[in-house]
Amino acid sequence: MSEYLVLIYENEVSLTGADEMASKKLMADHAEFGEKNGAALRGGNALQPTSSATSLRRDASGKLVVTDGAFAETKEALGGYYLIEATDLDSAIAIASQVPTPYGGVEVRPIWVLG
Amino acid sequence: MQAVLADAYRNDWAFVLAATIRVTGDIDVAEECVQDAFSKALAAWTVTGVPKRPGAWLTTVARRGAIDALRRQSTEERVLRKIAVTDQKEFPVGIEISVIPDERLRLIFTCCHPALSIEAQVALTLKLLCGLTTAEIASAFLVSESTMAARLTRAKLKIKATHIPYTLPTASDLPGRVDSVLDALHLVFTTGHTAPSGADLVRRDLIDRSFELIRLLRELLPENADVKGLLALVLLTDARRNARVDAEGTMVLLAEQDRGLWDQVAIHEGVTIVREALQSGPPGRFVFMAAIAAVHAEALSWEETDWREIVALYDLLLATWPSPVVALNRAVAIGLAEGPGAGLIELDKISTDPYLAGYSYCASARADFLRRLARVDEARGAYEEALAMAENQVERTFLERRLKDLGTPDGDDSTAVHR
Repeated sequence: MSEYLVLIYENEVSLTGADEMASKKLMADHAEFGEKNGAALRGGNALQPTSSATSLRRDASGKLVVTDGAFAETKEALGGYYLIEATDLDSAIAIASQVPTPYGGVEVRPIWVLG
Repeated sequence: MQAVLADAYRNDWAFVLAATIRVTGDIDVAEECVQDAFSKALAAWTVTGVPKRPGAWLTTVARRGAIDALRRQSTEERVLRKIAVTDQKEFPVGIEISVIPDERLRLIFTCCHPALSIEAQVALTLKLLCGLTTAEIASAFLVSESTMAARLTRAKLKIKATHIPYTLPTASDLPGRVDSVLDALHLVFTTGHTAPSGADLVRRDLIDRSFELIRLLRELLPENADVKGLLALVLLTDARRNARVDAEGTMVLLAEQDRGLWDQVAIHEGVTIVREALQSGPPGRFVFMAAIAAVHAEALSWEETDWREIVALYDLLLATWPSPVVALNRAVAIGLAEGPGAGLIELDKISTDPYLAGYSYCASARADFLRRLARVDEARGAYEEALAMAENQVERTFLERRLKDLGTPDGDDSTAVHR
């Protein structure tokens, strides 16, 4: 068994601009996904929009620079994640393909087991 | 002995490697064990003679080596075995080879997993299924050996890190996964058929390898319509090989090829397989592409080609596989069925596509229609545009000759419209 992080990337404008019906449906779809894949789920959360993000970098001299906004400005932003357990990539893809993503898609990354 | 070994290498490499990966669960370790078995074979066979079935001998020795390698590994390493070998059964070493299920299919699906880039899929397939060396693959794709080595290492690391399974896809995943394999094998063929750059139009080594791989896939998935389609397509395309380049090495277009030079044996096999494929289930893109090639193969001349049939097949192909290049070919076929004016209208509809804008064939097709409409200045511009984008020398020579035939802007244009 391996762990994979399923990163949900969605168009923030569409996501935050969705009407109440669409938002409710999305919540219900996530709940349904959770119920169906409960055995494989190890965690998951939705994230506040990137307007709430704070990025921390160090400049050439090593000084900490704190900036407002996401680390990378892209149309599709990280909006949430699931941590799942699966036997292999094919099984992970089978689960990740069920994540409701009306405004984007997901990226599947294996967790690097260190040590 | 070297020749016997070369034969064994060519025929048995993939089988032996695939069976050994099942033991090691690690591609690199398995490759070493198989390489080692081939070295041992050279020494052993010189003394004892060549065994009746070299593949069985090599498999036994490679797997024995793999088991020894595993014993040397610590328990911890064994736990961390990288490839997810599912439904693993222990095969006793020395077992009759015929009872070991064919592992090559698993290996193909692992090499051509859609989570790997298509370049990586092709490189891994040639390395692991054909047993080509990194240097050979690098030279086939005209990149440096270190670039190819890095590409292979990255691909193997991704297989390990993400646990791409060494297993057959589930029934529901199968069609998509077969598509991925067919795309990779088709790319091996097309790279050989029109070398992306360099002095030669064709790289025979890659074409031969693609035939081996596609025939192997057909043996392993005999009922699949698209596997049949791809085999028919490459047979029918390659059947024209002797007519594609003239004595001076200049590319000859399908329209001007001497059809007497076409390989009728390959055409017969290709046409038979297309017919079979059209009847064996919902046809995919390779079946339609092969059907189009079959219409060309059976036409007595360019003029007698059934262009309406070809346009109809392109319509079907475009519906299954909406791609700008298919739309381009469809526009060209319409030009031939209904005249250059109609073709130009179709071309103009799609020429804004960003992919086609950088594609030399789009500009040269446009140039050809304009030439036939006697719009010489526009034709000249389009040929120049195509020339600016074409990288294969044979293709460039062809375009330069067409441009020269049009005459200079101030010169005599009387040779412009000839057909």
